[in-house]
Amino acid sequence: MTTNNVARTDKASKPMASQPHRSRAIYARRRLVNKFNMFGATLAMAFGLFWLLWILWTLLHYGLSGLSMDVFTKITPPPGSAGGLANAIAGSLQMTFFGTLIGTPVGILAGIYLAEFGDRGWLAPATRFINDILLSAPSIVIGLFIYEVYVISVGHFSGWAGSLALALLVIPVVVRTTENMLRLVPGSLREAAFALGAPQWKVTLLVTLRAAKSGVITGILLAVARISGETAPLLFTALNNQFWSNMNQPMANLPIVIFQFAMSPYEDWHHLAWAGSILITFSVLTLNIVARWLGSQKSQSH
Amino acid sequence: MTTNDIKLQVNNLNFYYGKFHALKNINLAIPTGKVTAFIGPSGCGKSTLLRTFNRMFELYPGMRAEGEILFDGNNLLARNVDVNMLRAKVGMVFQKPTPFPMSIYDNITFGVKLYENLNRAEMDDRVEWALRKAALWGEVKDKLKQSGNSLSGGQQQRLCIARAVATRPEVLLLDEPTSALDPISTGHIEELIHELKEDYTIAIVTHNMQQAARVSDYTAYMYLGELMEFGDTDSIFTAPKRKETEDYITGKFG
Amino acid sequence: MENTQNAAHLKRQMMLDALFRLLTRSFAFLVLALLLGILLSLLIGALPTIKHFGWGFLTSSDWDPVSEKFGALVPIFGTLVTSVIALLIGVPISFGIALFLTELCPPMLKRPLGIAVELLAGIPSIIYGMWGLFVFAPLFGEYVQPWVLENMGDLPLVGFLFQGAPMGIGMFTAGLILAIMVIPFISSVMRDVFEVVPPMLKESAYGLGGTTWEVVRHVVLPFTKTGVVGGIMLGLGRALGETMAVTFVIGNSSNFSTGLFDAGNSIASTLANEFAEANGELYLGSLIELGLILFFITFVVLACSKLLLLRLKKQEGRAS
Repeated sequence: MTTNNVARTDKASKPMASQPHRSRAIYARRRLVNKFNMFGATLAMAFGLFWLLWILWTLLHYGLSGLSMDVFTKITPPPGSAGGLANAIAGSLQMTFFGTLIGTPVGILAGIYLAEFGDRGWLAPATRFINDILLSAPSIVIGLFIYEVYVISVGHFSGWAGSLALALLVIPVVVRTTENMLRLVPGSLREAAFALGAPQWKVTLLVTLRAAKSGVITGILLAVARISGETAPLLFTALNNQFWSNMNQPMANLPIVIFQFAMSPYEDWHHLAWAGSILITFSVLTLNIVARWLGSQKSQSH
Repeated sequence: MTTNDIKLQVNNLNFYYGKFHALKNINLAIPTGKVTAFIGPSGCGKSTLLRTFNRMFELYPGMRAEGEILFDGNNLLARNVDVNMLRAKVGMVFQKPTPFPMSIYDNITFGVKLYENLNRAEMDDRVEWALRKAALWGEVKDKLKQSGNSLSGGQQQRLCIARAVATRPEVLLLDEPTSALDPISTGHIEELIHELKEDYTIAIVTHNMQQAARVSDYTAYMYLGELMEFGDTDSIFTAPKRKETEDYITGKFG
Repeated sequence: MENTQNAAHLKRQMMLDALFRLLTRSFAFLVLALLLGILLSLLIGALPTIKHFGWGFLTSSDWDPVSEKFGALVPIFGTLVTSVIALLIGVPISFGIALFLTELCPPMLKRPLGIAVELLAGIPSIIYGMWGLFVFAPLFGEYVQPWVLENMGDLPLVGFLFQGAPMGIGMFTAGLILAIMVIPFISSVMRDVFEVVPPMLKESAYGLGGTTWEVVRHVVLPFTKTGVVGGIMLGLGRALGETMAVTFVIGNSSNFSTGLFDAGNSIASTLANEFAEANGELYLGSLIELGLILFFITFVVLACSKLLLLRLKKQEGRAS
């Protein structure tokens, strides 16, 4: 208090003119800078939209003309003859399904550990860090890994190898969202369940996880959206197949068929590649939108 | 009161938030060089009224003010008024301390640099002057380069006052400036308000009636968007004309 | 009687709890082991090459499957150059978009525009590649590149960048497409962190008479720097490892060139193009070592950004 009083007496001895001289020139320059930058921001927005619209338009333009019933009923043709993408679509669906099926439980259980037991010890922070790295690891490296440990030891490319590679992409996404969603569940809910004498595993599986259900499902859908558009990890795992195949053989899948057909010199393969592109893009976008919609439902009900 | 003594003259002011009619036909005059307090239960529109004085409401869509507010005789709600210039002349301090993420020194110079071209020594003088005005100089003079976030809550709020004072505005708007502070810091700020009214016209919103009684010369009591009673603080607190004012002040309601 | 039953029940529950804990713990450990497994398997796969070429692998620009001479310089260079181009273009644009969405956008358009930018992130990378190869590159090669080559190729100091054949494809095109791909990531992170700046803090800056730009530049940006850096790093990580979009448009040439319009190769595109057909221990090993290098680069970028974020956070909390 005393220092304040001293300060106050000092201050009184230093009067200032009541109105400062506000420089018009400075203000004019500032306004100009502001206008310029705001204009730049608007341009940036237009720039972003421009590419989106151009890409979507390209997709519709080339893709719609290639879409027909044949695409869904016939298998991939040799160049020069008619065909469809039926085996590639089926292969993509199978591998995405099994990839999700393998990756999700692993991700959820690891996520549970991080959220419910992860406040002490070295394992949880280390896992969290590693998970972040896996999340942004180049997907082609994941493909290399599966090639090294699975394809080489089995001796051939296969649908299972593709599923495994996709599962490794699912895991970090699900771990992250599961942990985040479980942490959002209020502690009072856990305490209420514990207060009834419920054991930890019941509290977690029946109360906490259930409360976080829609968030976790959103995470899984986002993971599915991510893997259904992935090409790179399948290059050396599932490879490709011109015909129908089972999971133990090299397997056709949309992304790689698109890649192969688009890089080829044949016109009719290009058409099929565009048709495949439109299928894949719109299923991925739909998954994204459904996931987001689910996520927003959740946040609204809170 | 002659017109010369009036800093802000509010005429038929109506304020809408979307369809909600938040201020209903407000008329009042804020005298120059005095402290005017706005009291009333929460949601009565006292903060809304304060935020029309520097057109802060314009940051948000759907908000609209009708009527006029004469600032030294010119309508500040007029379309051709430059909002930035207006805000440089009408300073504001908020419910919670809001130090910018930069050093104490830079916090003070932020507003000054916007309009004035000062050399290093002049700027140093200005910073010292503003910090002395806010009774903070003694506590921070050795750590001007430290982050504003390193100060205590009460110090941060005085930093914000110093920051507002440094641009030498004509009017200072204080929106519940002590609501997030402990009693001792609150005491500091109230003393400060007394000191500052020599140079500035001050409008303060507070939910604390004792504070209004302690610091203000005039008091306005607002209720549900209407101005119920306005007069000098002594008469509002000792002999309110309206029953509602008396009930609120004596704590029967609110 | 009832007591012993209770005790047995309790004991069973405790065992189940311990089991549950162990189960989740082992899966957390599995995630950890995954990274080690990836590193180890790549290391083993690359071992023949590492032994054969040593450190020289990193600095050699050879890539000759016939005489089995391999070096990683060209793909590493291509990866870094395309990612740098992506950030140079992508970061300012993303910042502009985030600024527009948080400060300028009419409220009615806020949601649709935000979703539109996020849709850009949902488009599979192979689509970017096809669009780049079939639609963008021909136009770029015909209308833009000749002009740039003509007018900027002779500039002092930077002229060497604007060299190459006007074919549309090449390192610059790859970088530009990567920029378009990382914009949604960076801009949505930036928008999210800009939106959590306390309104009162922004009002304080406006209250002193600041313009929108000044408020963003001096208050919003410093306040959100951790999030902004995190977003940029996320984008960089993605650009470094992106495979398909780059493979389509980079031109796949293993010759070293500094001209941005020249064809090049990134690590990921080399792998995508050559791995399935590679034969011979050294060839395969070289490709796997490239994968290892790519993994290492992204690891370093991510670890650096984590450290940076930690330091920034500490600075914010510290007295000075």
